[in-house]
Amino acid sequence: MTPLLSVRNLAKHYGARIGCTDVGFDLYPGEVLGIVGESGSGKSTLLNCLAGHLEPDTGEVLFDTRSDGPRDTLKMSEPERRMLGRTDWAFVHQNARDGLRMGVSAGGNVGERLMAVGARHYGDIRAQATDWLGRVEIAEDRIDDRPSAFSGGMQQRLQIARNLVTGPRLVFMDEPTGGLDVSVQARLLDLLRGLVREMGLSAIIVTHDLAVVRLLADRLMVMKSGHVVEQGLTDQVLDDPQHGYTQLLVSSILQV
Amino acid sequence: MSDYNFAYLDEQTKRMIRRAILKGIAVPGYQVPFASREMPMPYGWGTGGVQVTAACLTPEDTLKVIDQGADDTTNAVSIRKFFEKTADVATTEHTDKASVIQTRHRIPEAPLTSDQILVYQVPIPEPLRFLEPRETETRKMHALEEYGLMHVKLYEDIARHGNIATAYAYPVKVEGRYVMDPSPIPKFDNPKLESPAIQLFGAGREQRIYAIPPHTKVVSLDFEDYPFDPSKADHPCDLCGASHTYLDEVITDDAGGRMFVCSDTDYCASRQAQGHRGRLSPKETAA
Amino acid sequence: MIEIENLSKSFTLHNQGGAVIPVMQGATLSVAPGECVALTGDSGAGKSTLMRMIYGNYLAASGRILVGGTDVARAEPREILDLRRHTLGYVSQFLRVVPRVPTRDVVAEPLLAIGTPRDVARARAEELLIRLNIPETLWSLSPTTFSGGEQQRVNIARGFAHAYPALLLDEPTASLDATNRETVLCLIEEAKARGAAIIGIFHDAPARDRVADREIDVSRFTPGRAA
Repeated sequence: MTPLLSVRNLAKHYGARIGCTDVGFDLYPGEVLGIVGESGSGKSTLLNCLAGHLEPDTGEVLFDTRSDGPRDTLKMSEPERRMLGRTDWAFVHQNARDGLRMGVSAGGNVGERLMAVGARHYGDIRAQATDWLGRVEIAEDRIDDRPSAFSGGMQQRLQIARNLVTGPRLVFMDEPTGGLDVSVQARLLDLLRGLVREMGLSAIIVTHDLAVVRLLADRLMVMKSGHVVEQGLTDQVLDDPQHGYTQLLVSSILQV
Repeated sequence: MSDYNFAYLDEQTKRMIRRAILKGIAVPGYQVPFASREMPMPYGWGTGGVQVTAACLTPEDTLKVIDQGADDTTNAVSIRKFFEKTADVATTEHTDKASVIQTRHRIPEAPLTSDQILVYQVPIPEPLRFLEPRETETRKMHALEEYGLMHVKLYEDIARHGNIATAYAYPVKVEGRYVMDPSPIPKFDNPKLESPAIQLFGAGREQRIYAIPPHTKVVSLDFEDYPFDPSKADHPCDLCGASHTYLDEVITDDAGGRMFVCSDTDYCASRQAQGHRGRLSPKETAA
Repeated sequence: MIEIENLSKSFTLHNQGGAVIPVMQGATLSVAPGECVALTGDSGAGKSTLMRMIYGNYLAASGRILVGGTDVARAEPREILDLRRHTLGYVSQFLRVVPRVPTRDVVAEPLLAIGTPRDVARARAEELLIRLNIPETLWSLSPTTFSGGEQQRVNIARGFAHAYPALLLDEPTASLDATNRETVLCLIEEAKARGAAIIGIFHDAPARDRVADREIDVSRFTPGRAA
């Protein structure tokens, strides 16, 4: 099987400081990879490099494109990369405000990606938006409301609908449950798990919440000071951590 | 002749503006940045259009200036006087007599010809601005032809009002490439954007010039199930009886009395001169 | 079906002065299809550790763990995931689920994961829940709020939903009443009958005697104590 995403020797420096360095992994279709580490460990830098928002200093990010097979996204032209960003890739921001158009209705937010790839039939766009709002458990009668009238959890679910409506194959998520209270988090996690399985999505989730990765991620990568210190099966890394830092991280979880 | 250089601007500035105009004509619909000058009138009064007109005028030209279709409003009168004083060119109120027409918010009803230039005053040249505030991003969207966002605006219209409620500054796609703001003309005028005349757009505050060369394809954006509709008030003109022109609604008293008249004053006047009559035309007095 | 050769394991505690604790050495055993092997030994002898290593939950230091031809000690994470989806089931002592997911879906999930149609998966889940005496009124609720015994039965139902060729059972009959215990033992016997290779930990000696074909004392593999 060809990996959907193949990362080789990726590094990003901010001047003399290390953003992330020597990162490599393969992500296969349907796999969910969690990236954990404390603030400043380089996990968000890594995610942004992978998603094409930041330009890494060295390395390769090979994506298995539908038409031409594996291609280094860092060497793609910008239009091609942005096209990927609208079709096969999705990016769910921690802060829904960064990922939504707050002045546009919920339906318009979901429809934007469809229109961006050429949908020009209002009725079809609206039907798809309605369907997706239902899938993320937002009532149909809220379709014309602006996200500013939504709760934090609803905004986050709307962001997910907006991202998944074009049927992407790879989803990048930056702290998708950050800033939500626990009951809302649980609902969102359940939703994400269902969508990942039904759509056969691959996902890369950056979080500092180990409970989130235990429930969502198949594999885990632990980062510290820009380096990957440990990676493996999620439950193996959490239950039998090999690196001192991971052991510290796991033992630091507060028990309820 | 006055002490001003011909048409107010110095020759170097006019050259710079002409270069921008030529580039705009070469790349239809593309917003060309230019070094807009301070003009002796406030922003919003047509500083962009005035600079483009100044760069186009020759001493042999005949100039017409219209504001919302009318030749006799403050804005039109003051700009016409401005060029009478600084360029000493002939002016006219008749569309067919003019070689250069500067306009705010309308396209004349009478068909334009290939020896005419129509100059638009543009307040906000960027059609994507209200949806995407970042200039860096909108430039990139134009460069990469990412225009999905423009349809989001139309989608919002339909979702909110049941139809595309954008009635003026209705976005168009020029020659299958750039999405362009046609300035705040009513959407009724959009079909007239495909014209034998040269159409130039000047935005003074925003420092942009763009153009539609003669006979360029201009398509108003729409949805398959909500096609573009260049609608207007469903009345004939109360003065000249025309049923095919864009109308202004005029309130005539405090009792709800109103009349509809052509917004293009010259067109209406010439029709009346030809003997066309409307509902409220003064009765012929017996000779 | 399950072949373990010369397996060893130690824990290194980096945050406690780098102490290295060897917990297993030279573990070797094999389980044939249709056979049930019980792991025995005192608490702390390494029964659960061995079971977790077979499941890939703990990392082996050296040796081989072949399950249906895949060497868990060396396999890529996705190979282990694939193995867990199709071949190797594990009933742990604790139920760990996403909050808010209804019990019926928790039990059906292993089937959905291998692409079973939703209605078929649900029907199988319901059949198991009935056998394990989970009242129908609870099916649409999340098991997180259930009693310990109910959670354990949901866990077992989930473990037996898909007919895994290899099964790991960690105290499957603990905290169950006589009726449910009987049901679980029947489920184990049925699994054996269809050819599943089973490794179990049973503190319940009568249960062990009934289903296990062999016993292996794990303390044999404890470093320092082994011959």
